[in-house]
Amino acid sequence: MKLTPSLPIPTPTVKPPADRGGGAVASARGARLRPPGFPGGGRVRKGRGTVRAGGWWRGGVGAWVVLAAPALWAQTELDITKSVDVHGFLKPVPVHVSGFTGEADSVLKNDLLFMGIAHVPAAEAKFVVTGSNAGRVEGRVVEKFNQHQRLAKAYAGGTIRAQVHAFADDVARELTGQPGIAQTSIAFRVETGGGRSEIYVSDYDGHNARQVTRDESMAAAPAWGGRSMLYYDSYKLGRLNVFAHELASGSRRSITPYGGSSMSPAVSPNGQRVAMILSKSGNPDLYVADRNGANPQRLTSTREAESSPCWSPDGASICFVSRTRGPAGLYVVPAAGGPMRRLTTAGVPNATEPDWSPDGKWIVFTTMMRQFHICVVKAGGGEARVVVEGEDPSWAPNSRAVVFCRGPDHGKSLSLLDVPTAKVKTMRRFLGSNSQPSWAR
Amino acid sequence: MKLFTNACWLVVAVLLSASVVGCKRNPGRITTIPGTRPGAVGDTAGMPLDTNPLASGVGSEGMVDEATGGIAASTVPLHQWTPSAEQPFATDTVYFDFDKSNIRPSEVPKILKVGSAMGSYAGKALRIEGHCDERGTEEYNRALGERRALSIREYLAQQGVSPQLIDTISFGEDRPADPGHNSEAWSKNRRGEFILLDPPK
Repeated sequence: MKLTPSLPIPTPTVKPPADRGGGAVASARGARLRPPGFPGGGRVRKGRGTVRAGGWWRGGVGAWVVLAAPALWAQTELDITKSVDVHGFLKPVPVHVSGFTGEADSVLKNDLLFMGIAHVPAAEAKFVVTGSNAGRVEGRVVEKFNQHQRLAKAYAGGTIRAQVHAFADDVARELTGQPGIAQTSIAFRVETGGGRSEIYVSDYDGHNARQVTRDESMAAAPAWGGRSMLYYDSYKLGRLNVFAHELASGSRRSITPYGGSSMSPAVSPNGQRVAMILSKSGNPDLYVADRNGANPQRLTSTREAESSPCWSPDGASICFVSRTRGPAGLYVVPAAGGPMRRLTTAGVPNATEPDWSPDGKWIVFTTMMRQFHICVVKAGGGEARVVVEGEDPSWAPNSRAVVFCRGPDHGKSLSLLDVPTAKVKTMRRFLGSNSQPSWAR
Repeated sequence: MKLFTNACWLVVAVLLSASVVGCKRNPGRITTIPGTRPGAVGDTAGMPLDTNPLASGVGSEGMVDEATGGIAASTVPLHQWTPSAEQPFATDTVYFDFDKSNIRPSEVPKILKVGSAMGSYAGKALRIEGHCDERGTEEYNRALGERRALSIREYLAQQGVSPQLIDTISFGEDRPADPGHNSEAWSKNRRGEFILLDPPK
């Protein structure tokens, strides 16, 4: 019995990644594939009985204990279920958060909201999240019905805010099986007055904003290539060019040495190809080029303008906007070239600014009606759903949250949206108008 | 049998102690958050641009694209040319219908005038700036503004102006002529402007 005091706290890093809620994720995805309107959405059993065995007892514990442990966990864990809504999104996991104060408390609750975890009164909670931010952030997650501890961690270094983000991500991975987003970044356009605009990068919630361009020209439409490269429109050289900008070194170059206008870059998921709109052949058409702009291949040849390309997560397809049949609509074309096909957005006209969810299931876009609205449609097309007023949406890595902007011209602010619940939090406006957010994935 | 019972008790005891320790107040493992993120981000972003090895144009100038009827962009680096001191076409701005890029009949005389005047500006070139009203999304408008500028360029080319001497640039909705948010302002903002250019000295 002498081993009891030295038992380590389980951490996500200890568990093999393949088992990290893998059973649960797979099951949940299976459920999400059911057609919309599936009654009740179904409850998904969380079969992760053996997940904790490997590595839970880290130092020098007898092998027979390791073998015995799974049996206990199998009993408790199998009772845990996750439910999905009619659209296949995980319903928010109800937790009660206590022990944190001030900024740490609000940051934590905000982080959890956009990762599918809702802070509710204690009586309605399935999990209890307790902790403290006195000196450093410590926190734990306990299942309410059996008092089983699911997570206990402490954090050091950085700011309290950064520690809270790290804890929130750990909680999200534990309770939803999805990647955390609280430590991710966004890029966006900031109007700085006098018809100028620059590109900024900030934490996903708008804090810690840092200036990327200082051109006193006009820069727009930032797009991430991995988490270390930004591509964007720039008028710096006297024409409309696409720039590739390495964030670590600050080195950058124009990748579109063409007459006419080159714009709206979108980088493939593997970072190797750039889709963009070039008018070098006399019409704004969709092209795909190498990451440095070399070898541009033309994918569309329409008489009208194409705009706003985005990639499918497998890199095989590009969704974009075309006016080839009159009003703006969404189209999909193979990234290697081929016929373009219309993507139906039934019930919603004038679709622009598509963004493909990282899990491949959804396309979020902006409809240009009397006002702009954020809509979602299944990636294969179909009935579109209006979610909230706003424009220029960009998915978070968890395929659940979206950053977008709204407001009058020259007075736009960024907002975060939890797509399944339509909950929105608006960020404080930074300098002039803030628009065209792009989430690093 | 007794050995088996003892072993069972041992297992139960260990598991109980495990669950007790699992609820221990003090987390044992500490995750260290890195301080400020590495990387210059914008610190050196004002540095001069690299010379792009691709910078020489491709020789398809003046070619009509069969699929779209578009005329390939000029390979002359007209973006390095500067606006002339005298701007004779400032009142010849071409206006467009909402969400359209075709030339309205009412605007044709302006383009004809610019086309014939260009013959008397030997050695100069033309930049057409395409603009939109605010009722489209930003990149949609950037593409639409370019399509508008290109429509004017094609019309001028039909009048005999060399497309090699006509550059286009779109500002989307970013440079409104009228900052208002009403239909009168919008109709002034959906436009194509002519800028006469001098070659670089």
